[in-house]
Amino acid sequence: MSLNIFMQQLVNAASLGSLYALLAIGYTMVYGILRLINFAHGDIFMLSTYIAFYAMTSFLLPWYISFAIAIILTILFGILLERGAYRPLRNSPRISIMISAIAASFLIENLAIVIFGGRPKAFPSVPAFSKIISISGVSTSSISVIIPIVTFIVLILLGYIVNQTKMGMAMRAVSKDYEAARLMGINVNTVISFTFGIGSGLAAIGGVMWGLKYPQLIPLMGLMPGLKCFIAAVVGGIGDIKGAVIGGFILGFGEIMIVAVSAFLPYDLSGYRDAFAFVLLIAILLLKPSGIMGKSSVEKV
Amino acid sequence: MKEKTLRTLSWGWWLKNLVTNKNNLYTIIAIVFTLLIIGVLNNTLDNYQIRIFNLCAIYIILALSMNLINGFVGLFSLGHAGFMAIGAYTCALLTMSPEVKQMNFFLKPIVPWLANVQLPFPAGVLIAGIMAAVAGALIGAPVLRLKDDYLAIATLGFAEIIRIVFTNLQSITNGALGLKGLPNTVNVWWTWGIAIATIIFMILLIKGSYGKAFKAIREDEIAAEAMGISLFKHKMMAFVIGSFLAGVGGALLGHLMGTIDPLMFRFLLTFNIVLIVVFGGIGSITGNVISAVIVTIMMEILRVLDGKMDFGFIEIQGIPGLRMVMFSLILMIVILYWQRGLMGTKEFSWSWLGKISRRVVFRTKDC
Repeated sequence: MSLNIFMQQLVNAASLGSLYALLAIGYTMVYGILRLINFAHGDIFMLSTYIAFYAMTSFLLPWYISFAIAIILTILFGILLERGAYRPLRNSPRISIMISAIAASFLIENLAIVIFGGRPKAFPSVPAFSKIISISGVSTSSISVIIPIVTFIVLILLGYIVNQTKMGMAMRAVSKDYEAARLMGINVNTVISFTFGIGSGLAAIGGVMWGLKYPQLIPLMGLMPGLKCFIAAVVGGIGDIKGAVIGGFILGFGEIMIVAVSAFLPYDLSGYRDAFAFVLLIAILLLKPSGIMGKSSVEKV
Repeated sequence: MKEKTLRTLSWGWWLKNLVTNKNNLYTIIAIVFTLLIIGVLNNTLDNYQIRIFNLCAIYIILALSMNLINGFVGLFSLGHAGFMAIGAYTCALLTMSPEVKQMNFFLKPIVPWLANVQLPFPAGVLIAGIMAAVAGALIGAPVLRLKDDYLAIATLGFAEIIRIVFTNLQSITNGALGLKGLPNTVNVWWTWGIAIATIIFMILLIKGSYGKAFKAIREDEIAAEAMGISLFKHKMMAFVIGSFLAGVGGALLGHLMGTIDPLMFRFLLTFNIVLIVVFGGIGSITGNVISAVIVTIMMEILRVLDGKMDFGFIEIQGIPGLRMVMFSLILMIVILYWQRGLMGTKEFSWSWLGKISRRVVFRTKDC
């Protein structure tokens, strides 16, 4: 592997890692507040890509308006999902909530198959993002460079929201202690809706960029990234936003490197690319179940 | 030592009970009666219906195995598809004839140690179950320390790993091409025989001391541990038995379908079983048996939704995929508004039936 190819793979890994990080944040924020794996998060991500696709192809809107519509509609959908599928079960056993999440995920997927059709669709290419740029011999499409930059900006904004605003403070309070936050006069329902909104918004930003980078849309496209990004969140330490970003990047780099390295091995490992996340998950659960950034908690009797 | 004598005592008591108790006589009569019905149905149903009938039995086995892990011990495991894949592939590779294997493996030849193996079907099913149980033990040992959603996602991860490994082991599993032409040896006696055996085994297991321990763990792990129940031993036991049954179910399913490939064992398959367990009531054997039959038959009936519908006055073009939408909706509604499912944690028993019938009789007498 020449240095050039290695650098190219590195750029690819950085953009895949960024996409994973954006999705993983949604998982980690929801889990931090509700202690719930939002299985439908990957499907929200899928929806955003499809909305952007239809806005661009059926309504012939310019890409920036389409992306804005996709992000706004996805945020609304995320909030509605929480209202419909999770809020009625807030005080139920955790197994029930999880089954509800799985059912919601399957409902969205199957509805998508019915409405959008099962055949793969090609995401329209936007000239501004599909240019080939080359920096000192390393050539790559511009979207691969734009993804990490956009992600970086979004993360800074998110950091501001969580750490500096009143809503962010309320979010942190609810995730620290749900009951106490409620007693202190925080409107927990609003905070939870807001969290789902932010998580879905980040998923939508990831979704449209995913469409630009990997322009093939199928209704089940959210399933695998969804599972993997939950794993990224667990690896980083669930409930911790920094951890989710770190986990997302570890996953992105690991996957790309497996493909890159298997070019030199006698046995082709690239088929095991999807297994990397799960192996990583099991390793981290056995070694440090609280994740890289997580604090270990003591179970009280 | 003391524990052991107690257990043998309880088994002895149970054996004595079997002979003298009237209820057990009823049970034996009921089983004979069921077998008769199966025999009659076997001769009257057409091929397509018999296939569904077989499917019902297989889903009973699968639902009970998941119910043991999820319902009675309260471990939320989502790894069923993986264990089924192990069972299905083991049984298929052991029972297929060398010629069929050669025909299947045209891309890459099969490994020599598997090429000429051909075992009878029962041995294949048994080994399939044992292989799945071994996998369950290997997976369970590290994973069962986890709780709730972590356990769910870890078992789900293992099922995915198994599927990905099977897709890539070209010379053992034939990769993504799958295996075709599995011997067509499954009939109602196999499926329902194993299903009835599973039901009886489950009832005995749950009624016995192990069942009490399982339920104690489900209700409160810390309290159960304080009472001297070994958490790891019991969780492991339930997990291994559940995996064994999942492997057997997978083997039967593979032979019923006649062809298997890794895509068959996606998360969707686990989802179907979760649906059955939730619908029947998490933690009820009776509920699960009933819901396995209902859900399997419903799945076939709802196929109408995917095809063209003709109501005489109006004709609706079929929408492919609508069936699965209905199913997701049903699961959603059940879990939102009817969490107990059909039976909750209640079980059918002869005394319950007696109570009901007595109540009916007395009420008529009052009038």
